[in-house]
Amino acid sequence: MAREARLLVLIWVALMLLLTSTVAVTYSPLGPLKPFFNLAIAAAKAGLILWVFMHLREQPGLNRVAALAAGAWLAILVTMTLVDLGTRGWVT
Amino acid sequence: MAEYVTLAEQFAQPRQQREADFMGMYVFLGTETMLFGGLLALVYAYRVIHPQASAEAARHLKIWIATANTAVLLTSSLAVAFAVLAARHGKRRIVVAGLIVAMLLGMTFLGLKGWEYLQDFQEGLAPGIGTPSPLRAGPAALFFDLYFVATTLHAVHLTVGLGLMLWAALVVARRRVRLPGQAIVIEMTGLYWHFVDIVWVFVFPIFYLARG
Repeated sequence: MAREARLLVLIWVALMLLLTSTVAVTYSPLGPLKPFFNLAIAAAKAGLILWVFMHLREQPGLNRVAALAAGAWLAILVTMTLVDLGTRGWVT
Repeated sequence: MAEYVTLAEQFAQPRQQREADFMGMYVFLGTETMLFGGLLALVYAYRVIHPQASAEAARHLKIWIATANTAVLLTSSLAVAFAVLAARHGKRRIVVAGLIVAMLLGMTFLGLKGWEYLQDFQEGLAPGIGTPSPLRAGPAALFFDLYFVATTLHAVHLTVGLGLMLWAALVVARRRVRLPGQAIVIEMTGLYWHFVDIVWVFVFPIFYLARG
């Protein structure tokens, strides 16, 4: 039990560090890159929570697919929407 | 882990039932992902269409309250993760303690959020409450509306999670749920709470960190 408990605490520490870094990014001079860093850090946090806290690491492949499917479709939705909006000005 | 497991007739063995339980919960949380995901995708689109107005609006949100709240929720997730670990090892008292800590943190989150809303209302950022801020005249108004819809929807889910944890703590304390055999009750409650945490993990940068 002690080893598993240590892993949980380590994940929490990592989550807190990621929270600190995403706020640091916001006050950094990264300009237009900020939203990408913020989103990547959020995805990393979600990944840690899913993998350890939400037990995906213990699950068979089928359950992992079931858990991640909605997120995968959502990633397509967001990517295509942003590509659409971002490139509309190219056609005149 | 096999002791006290009640096996439904469609399952051949406890492991199969356990995997089906997890899959059912993951699929349910997938539908929740689509609910929140559609809303948050819309916010990204709005930020691309109105970058200045969104950044200006985001600068009026209380970033430090939200940062503290993120830390509070992440910590509550740790408490729930400990409760689940304890449930798997049949440690009843630690399960109840973990759930109580998580509930207290969840209520802290709601308290801070309420305090934040109060400030938003006083500044006239909310639709139809108080003297409207000048920002409610332009495209920033819709950014605020989306912020209120998303954070309220999240708060509703968080309240449901609090209710689930209260119920789980009670049934474990009264030995209606016997551990470790029926740890699945705590595991499923935990999955829901962690999901609510993940939603906030995305709400936080999409609204509060959109300051440009």
